[in-house]
Amino acid sequence: MFEPGLIGHIAWLVPLLPFLAFFVILFFGKRLPDKGHSVGIGAVAIALVISLLSFIELAGGRGDIEKSWTWFEFSDILELEFGMKLDFLTAVMFVVVCTISLLVQIYSTGYMHGDSRYTWFYAVLSMFTSSMLFLVIANNLMQMFVGWEGVGICSYFLIGHFWEEKENSSAAIKAFITTRIGDVGFLFGIFALFALAHTFNITELNLAAEEGEIGGTALTVAALLLFLGAVGKSAQFPLHVWLPDAMAGPTPVSALIHAATMVVAGIYLVARMFVLFEHAGAALDVVAIVAGITMLIAAVLALVQDDIKKVLAYSTISQLGYMMAALGVGAYTASIFHLFTHAFFKALLFLGAGSLIHAVHSNNMSDMGGLRKYMPHTYKTFLIGSLALGGIFPFAGFWSKDEIVGEALRASSEGTQAAALFVLVAALLTAFLTALYMTRVCVKTFWGEYRGHGHPHESPGSMVTPLWVLALATCVVGFLGLPVVGPFLDWIFIPGEEHPGFSTSYNIVLPVASVGIAGSAIWLGWQLFYKERWKLDVLKGPFAWTYRFVANKYYLDDIYLGAIVKPIQYPLAKAANWFNQHVLDGVVNGTAAGTIASSRVTYAVIDQGVIDFAVNGAAGLTGVSGGLLRHVQTGNIQRYAAVLFASAALFVAALAFF
Amino acid sequence: MPVSFFLVLSALLFSIGIYGVLARQHAVLVLLSIELMLNAVNINLVAFSAMLQEAGLGGQVFALFVIAVAAAEVGVGLAIVILIYRNRQSVDLDELDLMKW
Repeated sequence: MFEPGLIGHIAWLVPLLPFLAFFVILFFGKRLPDKGHSVGIGAVAIALVISLLSFIELAGGRGDIEKSWTWFEFSDILELEFGMKLDFLTAVMFVVVCTISLLVQIYSTGYMHGDSRYTWFYAVLSMFTSSMLFLVIANNLMQMFVGWEGVGICSYFLIGHFWEEKENSSAAIKAFITTRIGDVGFLFGIFALFALAHTFNITELNLAAEEGEIGGTALTVAALLLFLGAVGKSAQFPLHVWLPDAMAGPTPVSALIHAATMVVAGIYLVARMFVLFEHAGAALDVVAIVAGITMLIAAVLALVQDDIKKVLAYSTISQLGYMMAALGVGAYTASIFHLFTHAFFKALLFLGAGSLIHAVHSNNMSDMGGLRKYMPHTYKTFLIGSLALGGIFPFAGFWSKDEIVGEALRASSEGTQAAALFVLVAALLTAFLTALYMTRVCVKTFWGEYRGHGHPHESPGSMVTPLWVLALATCVVGFLGLPVVGPFLDWIFIPGEEHPGFSTSYNIVLPVASVGIAGSAIWLGWQLFYKERWKLDVLKGPFAWTYRFVANKYYLDDIYLGAIVKPIQYPLAKAANWFNQHVLDGVVNGTAAGTIASSRVTYAVIDQGVIDFAVNGAAGLTGVSGGLLRHVQTGNIQRYAAVLFASAALFVAALAFF
Repeated sequence: MPVSFFLVLSALLFSIGIYGVLARQHAVLVLLSIELMLNAVNINLVAFSAMLQEAGLGGQVFALFVIAVAAAEVGVGLAIVILIYRNRQSVDLDELDLMKW
């Protein structure tokens, strides 16, 4: 159909087109009749066509394509490349990112209609898409980091899109800073790997780890640092706190960035460096355990939320835990397969939630109810998405989730894999919880009586069409994993790595059991939330403290705020002052008082005369020196500059003379 | 020409820059003085680059980077000065001492 190698020549257009679209929209968007959205949609549509071409060609058995140019050279020590690595993993990500981005942009023409920063919104969406594709195509870690930061900043802009409300801009800052903690780990991981192997190239790094050129504790530490980056970006425990707050952004953004694409960047990173992780000692076990914890606690949190977007946010965290856990137990293909299917049904659910919010003007499920009569299209598509997420046959989530559970079972039966066993138990529990909270959401929004204000109405065609496209995709993509149709896993392969075929882990008992688990959860949810067979008063009774504990998100936010944010927030001088007043003086006075009391009995004179004097003197000295030092901080910038220059001169003089 | 000529010129420019930064009251003049200092550095870089020609064009490339960064810095700096002026009707640095104990 096309000449061989064509893809190698045009693949770089995929990230480039949205990048150009960003500038076109930014500079000319406001003057265009449609405010610029057709530019963004057009660019990503062409990118999608190229992505599909590369998907087909790579699926046809073409080998990996890798190309690179020197980007920056710094003598012989450091050479930065600018390259592309095109294998099946890249192609899968291409298709996911371009498809979701295209549908979200079409959907947004309806959802964001009349917004005051409509053009800017489309410009940033294009920039985001471009950064994500740049990250995906990267053949070296430094280039990946550039894309990584690019998606971070775009996510920041888009979460804070409605910045007129303080809450939204705070959420944007929180997301930015929390993921930054992970990014520091990522960057140091890159440095560590460069120090070990003298290259940033992904293929070379994986090869070096496989052949044992690098290894030992140093490699484990480097891998864990990389994983820290993934923990931040993919919202794993304990850095998951930013994702629910990120729902302050417009709903299409939540669908694109905070469900389908950006948050899987962490999964992508670990998958890219999978061979390295495999050879990095206990690193994969850490991944498995962190992911297991994440999926469980997030699924529990999803049960108690009233905000429909927050339920979906916690569900996303939980599903990301699934993907990460799959990597942790060595099920590379299962993880990527789940990433692929999850992107479709989670984007569908978010866009469906957006349609609901658009209709009732509220995020809260307590303002919804009975909507299946008013919004038939949203109702049907949302139901399909929920069934897929719950893991019901034959929707997408069933296939991929099952594969992960199967792989975990296999890994736990091979030798003494405690981590894999933990993942297996966590995955089954999470499957139950997932079906339960999705039942709760569906009952609360679509059944019962309408509890909100005004008259809800079905959304416009521009919003409903993407919903149906995604719903259709959700119905069919799962079959890609079926052994008969064409094994998804045969397409993805790791160089030099034997991968287990689907058939070896395929077991008829497991899917039946998992559908049974999900089915019983749905039945339980129906009894609980619709028929209200058992009156659950969560605020009273023996479970009240559990509810409070979960409703407060395990107090993690409070701990972070109290232990990390607050102390840094105030100027150092104030902190020193506080320390002086409360801690030093407190300790000193306490000591002094204790000493006096004991001295009454015995050595009154020595005690009072000597020790107290010394103690008070120390306190006084601290106070006086603190008082003197604070005058240094005059606030006059020129005095600071003078001190700076004088010290620099002193250092230079010292360097010259000694 | 010996390289020391350039170094002396650069040192003079730098010193004038330091004087301006430390002694001037007006924020815009301080920004201008910073530009002087940056350009003094540029002269140094280019002079050494010309002297050590076999080492490549690194020095000149760095000078270009400095120019680019300087342009960005002035942009941000002037924006801050304008904002301060709007808020306080003055850009006298001696009066801008809010950030103290």
